[in-house]
Amino acid sequence: MTGILEDKDRIFTNLYGFQDWRLEAAKQRGAWNATADMLSMGPAWLIDQIKNSGLRGRGGAGFGTGLKWSFMPKVVNPARPHYLVVNADESEPGTCKDREIMRHDPHLFVEGCLIASFAMQANVCYIYVRGEYVREREILQQAIDEAYAAKLIGKGNIHGWDFDCYVHHGAGAYICGEETALLESLEGKKGQPRLKPPFPAGAGVYGCPTTVNNVESIAVVGTILRRGAEWFAGFGRPNNTGTKLMCISGHVERPCNVEEVMSIPLRQLIEDHAGGVRGGWGNLKAIIPGGSSVRMIPAAEAETALMDFDSLSALKSGLGTAAVIVMDNSTDLVRAIARIAYFYKHESCGQCTPCREGTGWMWRVLERMANGEAEPEDIDTLLDVASQVEGHTICALGDAAAWPIQGLFRHFRPEIEARILSYRSRRPHVQGATLVAAE
Amino acid sequence: MPTAKVNGVAVEFQPGMTVLQVAELAGEEIPRFCYHERLSIAGNCRMCLVEVKPGPPKPQASCALPAAENQEIFTNTPMVKKAREGVMEFLLINHPLDCPICDQGGECDLQDQSMGFGRDSTRYVENKRAVEEKFMGPLIKTVMTRCIQCTRCVRFISEVAGQAEIGLISRGEDVEITTYLEQAVTSELSGNVIDLCPVGALTSKPYAFEARPWELAKTESIDVMDAMGCAIRIDARANEVMRVLPRTNDEINEEWISDKTRYACDGLMRQRLDRPYVREGGQLKPATWAEAFAAVAAKIKTASPDRIGVIAGDLQDAESMKAALDLFGGLGVKNLDCRQDGARIGSGPRESWLFNSSIAGLDECDALLLIGTNPRLEAPVLNARIRKNWLWRDLKIGVVGERADLTYPYAHLGAGPSSLGDMVKAKGDFAKAFNDASKPAIILGAGALARADGAAVLALAAELAGKAGVTAEGWNGFNVLHTAASRVGGLDLGFIPGDGGLSAAEMVRPGALDVLVLLGADEIELSASDAFVVYLGTHGDAGAHRADVILPAAAYTEKDGLYVNTEGRPQFGERAVFPKGEAREDWAILRALSERLDATLPYDTLEQLRTRLYADHPTFGQVDHAPTGAALDLAAVGAKGEVADLAFASPITDFYLTNPIARASVTMAQCSASTAAARGQKIAAE
Repeated sequence: MTGILEDKDRIFTNLYGFQDWRLEAAKQRGAWNATADMLSMGPAWLIDQIKNSGLRGRGGAGFGTGLKWSFMPKVVNPARPHYLVVNADESEPGTCKDREIMRHDPHLFVEGCLIASFAMQANVCYIYVRGEYVREREILQQAIDEAYAAKLIGKGNIHGWDFDCYVHHGAGAYICGEETALLESLEGKKGQPRLKPPFPAGAGVYGCPTTVNNVESIAVVGTILRRGAEWFAGFGRPNNTGTKLMCISGHVERPCNVEEVMSIPLRQLIEDHAGGVRGGWGNLKAIIPGGSSVRMIPAAEAETALMDFDSLSALKSGLGTAAVIVMDNSTDLVRAIARIAYFYKHESCGQCTPCREGTGWMWRVLERMANGEAEPEDIDTLLDVASQVEGHTICALGDAAAWPIQGLFRHFRPEIEARILSYRSRRPHVQGATLVAAE
Repeated sequence: MPTAKVNGVAVEFQPGMTVLQVAELAGEEIPRFCYHERLSIAGNCRMCLVEVKPGPPKPQASCALPAAENQEIFTNTPMVKKAREGVMEFLLINHPLDCPICDQGGECDLQDQSMGFGRDSTRYVENKRAVEEKFMGPLIKTVMTRCIQCTRCVRFISEVAGQAEIGLISRGEDVEITTYLEQAVTSELSGNVIDLCPVGALTSKPYAFEARPWELAKTESIDVMDAMGCAIRIDARANEVMRVLPRTNDEINEEWISDKTRYACDGLMRQRLDRPYVREGGQLKPATWAEAFAAVAAKIKTASPDRIGVIAGDLQDAESMKAALDLFGGLGVKNLDCRQDGARIGSGPRESWLFNSSIAGLDECDALLLIGTNPRLEAPVLNARIRKNWLWRDLKIGVVGERADLTYPYAHLGAGPSSLGDMVKAKGDFAKAFNDASKPAIILGAGALARADGAAVLALAAELAGKAGVTAEGWNGFNVLHTAASRVGGLDLGFIPGDGGLSAAEMVRPGALDVLVLLGADEIELSASDAFVVYLGTHGDAGAHRADVILPAAAYTEKDGLYVNTEGRPQFGERAVFPKGEAREDWAILRALSERLDATLPYDTLEQLRTRLYADHPTFGQVDHAPTGAALDLAAVGAKGEVADLAFASPITDFYLTNPIARASVTMAQCSASTAAARGQKIAAE
């Protein structure tokens, strides 16, 4: 395997589970090493280090992790304790990075939870695990039990910061990966996003200051602090620093998860790690670079795209979770996007109007389009509906449902129009259409 | 005060207001479905989108967005217009266009707002969603396909009514509003969800397909089903009351009414006395007014005044009680009583029988002791108000009396007067909190007062009130909650036994009287009485069954009348329809009777009667005002004496059947049966 990142700089050295995940082996790989020393530097130093490392949230939105931590109140009100909540509800289609962390390197993750909680003066951390991740939850729970037994965490632990870590198993809803819906679900309510403001840092779980972070954002913290913020900041382009787990799936020779540096060229990522596009780069049709919710980019743009936040957003797409979905020329793009639209229709929580009604509408039009029953003007209706969903909803699921459709028509509209015309020309479309034509 | 600009116009606003409220201050109309002033903010309908600067370049839900200093709010930009059209279109794509057969038609928010803010046509050509009907009991009709999932009903029933009986299940476009396992909603306030529903999903079941709103004559009036005097609107077509709706009155009912107030109106068309009757040979025979009056006059003229008694019922207006008092008082009758339940109250200062803190004032109270009352059954709207105080301010509540589900937690201190004694001695945690409270209040119910030792209980409560500082400068938390709309009016008039006069219970004893006149009194056991009974009332209920002469009178929707609510607030009830058949207004019957008794009452019109009423009893002139601030001498309240250690029992065993109108109502009978069935039913999981 080539790529850019050298083995010595990998954070997740047991990503593929070739070694034991348990405490002893994890310690040999570096986990729980010098954790007490880090904590002794104090919360402000920790937050500064994370800020300096340039770590941006790995859950998709790419918000600065250190900055997010700094939003928590500096002084803890005893009546309103601080909480860390880790979002392990990884449900974005194409994404499978957090599960590898949880089942192969759980101790890096638990250590990160302790450090992050200390940095935010939280004594309790909740890990919200996706409902379908049963084995992952079991291993994570065992790792936490090991850490308790070794007095690494818990009351009166060797690090001197009382810390309890609870795993909460979700029921398998995509929307519970939205941070406020996750908090609702964690509180035992129906998983529906909350109105913001107030943001979780002000009023989160049980109304107390809360920070919600992705698993990967938390799991890399220990290694960043051990090796120094400058080391982490040395990878990638400015503002897009560090290493990142990337998940490559779809029409490639060898779909895989791999840790790579940020800003690696997309083409290099696919060719070095996934064995290239099935049938060669010339067979590439389009790539969804960041999980199903971002807009796709066509082959020509994929040629030069870099896997980082800024490069992809300049292409009107996004890094998202860095779940690269490769589609070659055999793909029926309309069918593919219709399937994604069905996913969002199915996962909409139904709370607010545009998403509840709009996702179903968009899916039905796309389904007709895929079946060859649509009219050319349906494209404009569809785009208009998508624009009325996007930005009009309580949470970002509305945006996530609209973007794939916008991406499709942004790049492939002429092709779809031609396709509609071709299947229309083969049959009278409206009752009496042939008559009208004959007149 | 901070300032914001709405469409370029600067407005000052109170800190904490939302953008929607600020826009309304500036006179801009913001369409909305889910937002309601008295419910929590859900922000889910997205109809109230506006453009805000500074802010993200997308429309914002104004109902949930806090207004900020120097904010610029735009409600008329192309972005806002398009956003509203978009949301409206989304709401309509799965909404059936069945307005012609929808009961909400003509008063539908969705109809109005789609006219005002929607597109002119639809682009949606796919199949529409259909949702199965849900059963919600005998009051709420559902057509769930029309539901737009605003969740107002869910929030009302869990926040205001305090019973989480309605919820939103499933997700995405499959979400449905339903009750748990499709059981009937048992809340006494359930009918309000019909008013809250912005579309035709939840409508009134008894009123289904009865009338269109534009056919109805609307009369603003006062409710008599309990002693709160809730503000209502009576909608009538021709001479039939079609429905009763709440009006907003923040001092009493906010904008809620109980199910009995709303749905008992079908009882106004059933079991009605529409002509006079005279008993001949043991059977009631139809008679003319002249025959009926002659029969009554013959008996009264020959009877000695101390063998005549008058009992006023629970729904009586003040004017007819005044006329009765003038007529029979003039004849020397001392056997007068307006307390069918036998409440030992009515002597002493006026404040000893009023709800002195006022209903709105209860919002300020910080510790509340309920004595022998179940406000959920005796005044459901008041109970919601207590619950609101508990919800917002963590009001401490203690109960002496029956242990019942009041929709909020409380400390149960005991069942009878001995627990009250413990409170006086400040035993227990609640007693301590009560003594430490800055505005403590007591509510005494009929369960504590309508018993042989009621006056002693009242005195005990007054003693407790004095010890705990329930009355203080600027605060009087000594409250009596009545169950009858006429009660305070009757007590204010002095409609109680004079010196040596008999009480209601004594009047109905065998051999006590020769003539007993009942003014709509149906809640008293008459089987033992051997007097000649004259019943002046509206329904063929208990009183009419025992009567020897029936004088048909007008129900509360059929006459102008003054009612004094439990706070001592006189309010006008207005006539919405005419009395049934030959029935006449109560005061006019008494005026006509007075002529036959050669004791003609000195008034020919209701105005003259009212003028006299105001002159004799000035409190009745203070219409719509609750007396506040009067000092109460607690030592003069009640009469000290022995109290029996009997548990306080609520006078209301069946909320839905407490008066003749409700007992004649089919809807109320269904509710009563449905609630009884629900009580016997176990939840599926058990």
